[in-house]
Amino acid sequence: MVTNNLGRQLPETFFGKKVQPYQDPYSHKPVGNHATRPLRRHNPGDNKLLRGLREAIEASGLKSGMCIATHHHLRNGDALLNLVIREIDNLGLRDIRIASSSVHPVHAELIPYIQKGVISGFECGVNGLIGEMVSRGELNCPIIVRTHGGRARSLITGEVVVDVAFIAAPSCDSYGNMNGFFGPSACGSLGYAFTDAQYARQVIAVTDNLTPAPLTPVSISQSLVDYVVEVNSLGDPRKIVSTTTQITRDPVGLQIARYAAQVIDASGLLRDGFSFQTGAGGISLAVAEQVRRMMSQARIKGSFGCGGITGYFVDMLEEGLFRTLFDVQCFDLKAVESIGRNLNHQEMSADTYANPFNAGAMVNLLDCVILGATEIDVNFNVNVNTESNGYLLHNTGGHSDAAAGAKLSIITAPLLRGRLPIIRDTVTTVTTPGRTIDVIVTERGIAVNDHQQELKQELIRRKIPVRDIHELRAEACRITGEPRPVEFTDDVVALIEYRDGTIIDAVRKVKE
Amino acid sequence: MEIVRKAQAGTMQSSDLMVFLEPAPQLRVEIDSTVKKQFEHLIRRQVETVLERFSITNGFIRVSDRGALDYAIAARLETGLFRACADQGELS
Repeated sequence: MVTNNLGRQLPETFFGKKVQPYQDPYSHKPVGNHATRPLRRHNPGDNKLLRGLREAIEASGLKSGMCIATHHHLRNGDALLNLVIREIDNLGLRDIRIASSSVHPVHAELIPYIQKGVISGFECGVNGLIGEMVSRGELNCPIIVRTHGGRARSLITGEVVVDVAFIAAPSCDSYGNMNGFFGPSACGSLGYAFTDAQYARQVIAVTDNLTPAPLTPVSISQSLVDYVVEVNSLGDPRKIVSTTTQITRDPVGLQIARYAAQVIDASGLLRDGFSFQTGAGGISLAVAEQVRRMMSQARIKGSFGCGGITGYFVDMLEEGLFRTLFDVQCFDLKAVESIGRNLNHQEMSADTYANPFNAGAMVNLLDCVILGATEIDVNFNVNVNTESNGYLLHNTGGHSDAAAGAKLSIITAPLLRGRLPIIRDTVTTVTTPGRTIDVIVTERGIAVNDHQQELKQELIRRKIPVRDIHELRAEACRITGEPRPVEFTDDVVALIEYRDGTIIDAVRKVKE
Repeated sequence: MEIVRKAQAGTMQSSDLMVFLEPAPQLRVEIDSTVKKQFEHLIRRQVETVLERFSITNGFIRVSDRGALDYAIAARLETGLFRACADQGELS
């Protein structure tokens, strides 16, 4: 057992891999070069278009014990990962690791293949039932949860070698040029797949919309793609949108959004050149709406919106409130529709978005980011991975990346969720270190981290309800009663990797 | 008071609970909750407090909780008792 700088107990190794404990957000820097892959030679007349997925898997040389990847731009509407695993099973391959950019509840269909030994581990976080079953000890399948930037990093450094990447390509030509803008399964940005296309040892484009070569515009180039196959459907883009991607109507959420907007106003960052990221949750969008109003009224011209892009950001672009959007992932169909049409709505790779080990990620230029939380501790550490019942239910997304990059990281969360107090003495799991979090906004007050004294004084001067975080914690527990701690066994079922590859926490099997 | 008929109170909305009551020879309380691991002890204590206050000594009470706070638990259980018991007039 080793202990990292946040006091979290970690195993020394995890399924053969040595665990490097987290130290701090900014100093870890490995020595080395980019990962490489074999050269190719394609002569005129060589054919890339194969008859089907099975033939492509065979052509790629995928063998038992190897690692595959898909992207999650179709989110809960993705059909490809399930399809690929069914074919892999049909071919009799076993012990396959999955290094997709994320896994969604729709991929619960993979569970029998985990039980059967087709899938032996996840080099990525998971949303939904798989994580819950792993937490209960009902599935034996190690998981390493990565941030969006951290996943790009792990491919680029070669820590994770993807043997075959299957890239869902909503528009694709027979020579492998692709984009996500058009077609029946259009998902917009292909940001997460860029890294796969560049670093996977073999790259297979899978499309349900084969167009004559050359396709235009090209997002991922033919020069990176080994094979092309057609399938009936990549999935259902209507399921990109989860139910939460609308401005909240809940009065508690709206109060939080108003306070968050006041914090942004007080920070002094809301001036010409302002850059901004929010998630797609109801409170985040309500904050975006407030910011939009403040920018319009004060005639502020922002520079860029970043991250997962929603229709609200598209509106702000089209109203001239931002010069450009950098889009790693479209969160709704309005964003999908915009990225194929708006020159200033730019597609961005996960590497450019958030990899800490390149010459400068986009998150480094962010003024302000609005993030959510499942739990927050009195040291401002945030959990978004495990629920308070101890189950691993959520992937990190860009949470830790944006928090580390932005000048002002604001967590918006209700003080209570049902009966659960959100601010705790310790969180079940640390996802994002408190050092990268500046302000916690709840409906009952705002807690400001110690390193933001100036902002704290300004908020007090403006009579915005600043509260000590311990006070907020005590108030929450006065209302809910003191929860009994969830009990865990010693078995580590998942690691939470920080964006730099060090391990910030371990997830243990829940004692039922 | 005595539980003489089947009754229920509450909703299945988040932060609320449903209480189901029916006559039974002994007193039995069954608790199901989305936050059972963390709060079963407090939910049970609150239910027992209310049952004691109304001198309920038998009946089967089933709570299906969705993260309600103590005051909501008391309110829903009181309403359920009011509906399930014979001497409704004494409830005050």
